[in-house]
Amino acid sequence: MKFGVVRFPGSCDDIDGLQAAARVADAVLLWHADHDLHGVDAVIVPGGFSYGDYLRAGAIARFAPVMAEVEEFAHEGGLVLGICNGFQVLCEAGLLPGALLPNVSLRFIFRQVDVEVVRSEGPFTGSCDVGEHLSIPVKHTTGRYYAPEEQLDRLEAAGQVLLRYAPGHNPNGSLRDIAGVCNERGNVFGLMPHPEHAVDPLIGSTDGLRIFESMRAHVEQHVLA
Amino acid sequence: MRARVLVRPKAGILDPQGQAVERALPALGFEGVRNVHVGRLIELDVDDPDQIPEMCERLLTNPLIEDWEIEEAGVEEPSR
Repeated sequence: MKFGVVRFPGSCDDIDGLQAAARVADAVLLWHADHDLHGVDAVIVPGGFSYGDYLRAGAIARFAPVMAEVEEFAHEGGLVLGICNGFQVLCEAGLLPGALLPNVSLRFIFRQVDVEVVRSEGPFTGSCDVGEHLSIPVKHTTGRYYAPEEQLDRLEAAGQVLLRYAPGHNPNGSLRDIAGVCNERGNVFGLMPHPEHAVDPLIGSTDGLRIFESMRAHVEQHVLA
Repeated sequence: MRARVLVRPKAGILDPQGQAVERALPALGFEGVRNVHVGRLIELDVDDPDQIPEMCERLLTNPLIEDWEIEEAGVEEPSR
C-alpha cells in the first residue's frame, strides 16, 4: 500500500502528511508539475497555501498538471484525501461538493478541536466508531463549509457528511457543523482539521492516525486483495 | 476592450466582511447604512470580451458562492 502526497508551490503540510502516511504504509511525494501518480494506491492533497491562494483558496492549484491525474484517479475510484487547503482544492476542482468561505471571525484560527464521527463505514472512517470524538487541530482562515441548504439536505441524507465539529467546537461557522464531507461515490474525502498533525502522543493526540489507518485497511481489503 | 468584472458574495451567504464594515461606519458617525457587502473588482484588457463569462465561470469566480457582472470600462491601459 503506497500513499502519494501532492506538493504544490506553497504546500506546507506535505511533509507532515508524508510522515503521517508513512506511519501506516509506504508514502511518496508527488510533484505538482508531473503528469504521473507513480502507481500510488491513495492520494493526499495536503494543507498549505497552494500557488499562494492568490485568487481564492485552491482556485489555481486545481489546474496544476498533477490534478488532471488526480481527477482521473478519482473517477476510476481511487482514494483521494484533501486536508485543509487540499479540501479547498478538491472543492474548487468539483471533486467534492460545496465551498470553503472565510471564517466568520475573519481570523486565522489554530486550535485543537473535537470532531464527531458521523459515519464509520467507508474508506476514510472505517476504523472509527459512530459518535466517537477525535481530537485533531484546525489551522486556517478560510474554513467555513458552505453549500446551499438543499444540497446540505442531500449530503446528509446520502451519508456524505463523515465528520462534524463536536458541540461547541465549530471554530469557523461551518454550516451544520460540517468538518468533513465525501463525494457521492465515497472515494474522495475532504476535511478542514489536520489528522496528519495528530499522529504522535508527543503532540497531544494520535487520533488523526485513524483516518490513515482506515484508508490503508480499505485499500488492503478492496484494492490489493 | 477594457472590462471590469464585479464579484460579490451571493445573496443569502453570511458575509462577515460586509458586517464588519457595516458595524464600523456608525462609529465614525455615518448613520443609516445598511446591507453592506464586500466583493472584488477584477480589471482586464481583453481582445475577445465574449470569453469573459467563461473566464468567470472557470477561474475568476466560484459560481457556487459568488455572483459576477461584467462592465465595459473605456479604453485599454497602455502596456507596461
